[in-house]
Amino acid sequence: MSNLQVSIYRYNPETDSAPYMQEFQVDTKGRDLMVLDVLHMMKEQDNGLAFRRSCREGVCGSDGMNMNGKNGLACITPLSDVIKGNKLTLRPLPGLPVIRDMVVDMGLFYKQYERIQPYLQNDEPAPAIERLQSPEDRDKLDGLYECILCACCSTSCPSFWWNPDKFVGPAGLLQSYRFLADSRDNATEQRLSELEDPFSVFRCRGIMNCVAVCPKGLNPTRAIGKIRDMLLADAT
Amino acid sequence: MVTNITSFSRSGLSDWLMQRVSAVVMALYAVFLVAYLLFNPGLDYYAWSGLFAQTWMRIFSLLAFISLSAHAWVGLWTVTTDYIKPTNVRIGVQLFIILAIFAFLVWSIQILWGA
Amino acid sequence: MSNLRSLTYDAIIIGGGGSGLRAALELAKSGKKTAVLSKVFPTRSHTVSAQGGITCAIASSDPDDDWRWHMYDTVKGGDYIADQDAAEYMCSEGPKAVFELEHMGLPFSRFDNGRIYQRPFGGQSKNFGEGGQAARTCAAADRTGHALLHTLYQNNLKNNTTFLNEWYAVDLVKNSDGDVVGCIAMCIETGEVVQVKSKATVLATGGAGRIYASTTNALINTGDGIGMALRAGFPMQDMEMWQFHPTGIYGAGTLVTEGCRGEGGYLINKDGERFMERYAPNAKDLAGRDVVARSMVMEIIEGRGCGEKGDHVFLKLDHLGEDVLGKRLPGIVELSKTFAHVDPAKDPIPVVPTCHYMMGGIPTNVHGQAIMQDESGNDQIVNGLYACGEAACVSVHGANRLGGNSLLDLVVFGRAAGMFIESALNEGIEYLDASESDIEFAMKRMSRWNESEGGETVPALKAELQEIMQNSFGVFREEKNMQEGVQKLADLRSRIDNAYLPDKSNAFNTARVEALELDNLMEVAEATAIAALERKESRGAHSRYDFPDRDDVNWLKHSMYYPATKELKKRDVNFKPKTVDTFEPKVRTY
Repeated sequence: MSNLQVSIYRYNPETDSAPYMQEFQVDTKGRDLMVLDVLHMMKEQDNGLAFRRSCREGVCGSDGMNMNGKNGLACITPLSDVIKGNKLTLRPLPGLPVIRDMVVDMGLFYKQYERIQPYLQNDEPAPAIERLQSPEDRDKLDGLYECILCACCSTSCPSFWWNPDKFVGPAGLLQSYRFLADSRDNATEQRLSELEDPFSVFRCRGIMNCVAVCPKGLNPTRAIGKIRDMLLADAT
Repeated sequence: MVTNITSFSRSGLSDWLMQRVSAVVMALYAVFLVAYLLFNPGLDYYAWSGLFAQTWMRIFSLLAFISLSAHAWVGLWTVTTDYIKPTNVRIGVQLFIILAIFAFLVWSIQILWGA
Repeated sequence: MSNLRSLTYDAIIIGGGGSGLRAALELAKSGKKTAVLSKVFPTRSHTVSAQGGITCAIASSDPDDDWRWHMYDTVKGGDYIADQDAAEYMCSEGPKAVFELEHMGLPFSRFDNGRIYQRPFGGQSKNFGEGGQAARTCAAADRTGHALLHTLYQNNLKNNTTFLNEWYAVDLVKNSDGDVVGCIAMCIETGEVVQVKSKATVLATGGAGRIYASTTNALINTGDGIGMALRAGFPMQDMEMWQFHPTGIYGAGTLVTEGCRGEGGYLINKDGERFMERYAPNAKDLAGRDVVARSMVMEIIEGRGCGEKGDHVFLKLDHLGEDVLGKRLPGIVELSKTFAHVDPAKDPIPVVPTCHYMMGGIPTNVHGQAIMQDESGNDQIVNGLYACGEAACVSVHGANRLGGNSLLDLVVFGRAAGMFIESALNEGIEYLDASESDIEFAMKRMSRWNESEGGETVPALKAELQEIMQNSFGVFREEKNMQEGVQKLADLRSRIDNAYLPDKSNAFNTARVEALELDNLMEVAEATAIAALERKESRGAHSRYDFPDRDDVNWLKHSMYYPATKELKKRDVNFKPKTVDTFEPKVRTY
């Protein structure tokens, strides 16, 4: 598999009237590179190829993309995990407008994140030291706070594809629950009241694509279930 | 909070709960009917209409049909808001669905309590 | 050039990492018209990669802990060229800044009593080095940077900070008085170039580890702020001081936190020997990073390295057990599986010293104000220019930073800069507007690339620069090799000045950004090289075969690199803390 065939989505709004797939041959010298390494090798062939990247170790969430049909982070996805028959197909994250090549407009995704008020709210005066929190209460945040906002989950979610303006999406809801679950946050009632409409949370149909693709191994579906339980407990 | 006026209860939580409760009712009804059919292998028209002549069966059936109507509305309303983006078309389709569900419900009442 | 659209702010913060966001938060709360300009969405900044924690004497693990002990460790760790007034400020203000982060929602790990979890890190002591190992690094598992950066971004959202995300700052704009009055910036999405006018310009652009071929740093760490300041003619301080982190994953360069050793892990050579016991009998694997990195290289040079080529050592963690690994170091387990194909619960991780942190940078005072020197060597404030975070050299890290002190530096001095700018704005600031020619000067470089018609391309030149730095300015340095390096860099500079940008499109042109970044890498590399060549001693992270000893007579000084003349001058280290006695230089052992 020394010569890898890569097919990649190309679109430059200044020169292309429509997007197209471009073929690249990349000499991997038989190494099991990360997909991001392959992208860099392609960029040496064609300097105009645009994609986002930053930390190259799976913590900044810049290089979420669709690799052979599955969303993931290019920097921590080895070729051996994705290639089928020596062929790699790269497309931008589905469901968001493409700016150029692999770069999508994340505006709607960020808007949904902002909508859930992703910050701790506590109207009691803060103590002179930290607010105390038991290790058990802190444990409740594990599996929630680690989200890197890469958008792999939300852009693999059909409910988010259909209603990206109304459904908060798995990433936003995971963060919503991160604050609902925090023993230091006391805006629970107000947070829940913002979520009980038919779209924000309840568009989740339990498809669980989000769980299947999350590069950090997080489980938004479970968090959404917990939000629903809280809404139910609150309203009945 | 996303506002909306065409959903069943204007609350996602109520809609969601309604769908779950109605599903349970329909499931019980379906299980009952299947069991009835299994335990009455030589079923004829008189036995069947005898069953539906009993008040409790009529009420149970009505409950199942109301559940079906509510369930269908919540589900189809969701489908229309997912897939039909032009507002006029969506409202038109939703109106059609409501009328159809209403008609079916009235018809089912007529069957249950009619001649 | 007056056809440039202009954006006007009270303060512009260039860089959306920890220090930039902390400064922005302070200013947003004050109601000043502030914007954060970042070349990536803020949570993609390199702060996100910090793992082990934020070192601060909050007296959680040890109720008797004292910020003065932390200050002592910091000054000693920096091999005595940390400014003691700055270290004093950081260590004493630190607890306040850390508690604020907690109040903002940072999900710190906890002790059973509900207080913030603290772990031991390298170079930490109690009672001024007399009381044994301290545990002073506040942690959110091994994702503290991620937790910190997201918390700061979230609180900026809460306070309605204006963000110019995916904008790239090209160069500073100076008026005819030499005051900094904003910058030229480009919207990456559209390619639009604007003039940002501002009374305070804060460079919070982070480090530049990408000048080395092997680095733990993100691909975006190209020293943009350092490049901008150097091109504007401002001096850089202590640029020879680059920290090589002992534990970068062999081959990949990704960081493995010092917290691994804090939790009880240790380094072994090919014989399975815990070799740090020989080099640092007391602190062992938790000696200063420079000491550990050098010891590792010595082991490798003396033939006790691991692997086929004998070019790395192992970090042993399996004895900690899956529970501790899962609870305290979950990210490390992930990273080593991904990048080293090793499960640390079973096998040791192959590691090698890897470029990690720039101790040097834009000289500033504790308020973040950039400093230059007048002709007689006295400090002089640069009007309008501020720096904080890794881009700045306050200097609290001196010649070697202690683990966990970078996150503290970010929040303490980001906050300090924000507070100072707020009060300066309240008092009123008036600078001359930039003239046409001032703006044109700042546009020169951008125009050069846009008009380039042929020549070498960016990726190859960048790779060459990184090789030069790796080979000539690594863990151990030596005159002749460095001279060659300086020569090669001079040569490379003229080639970069004639390099070619083939893609001149406007929409999200990452090739243009990378070209502009290459200029900055060049500036940083050259400043580093010349400063390293001129500092004729070994101190902290700067260690020379030909001058193996510390020379306090001649070099108990900051170095100041001047770009116009490419000269290295000296600047006095501050030995006058306000509330504690001076820590006099001593022989540094662990």
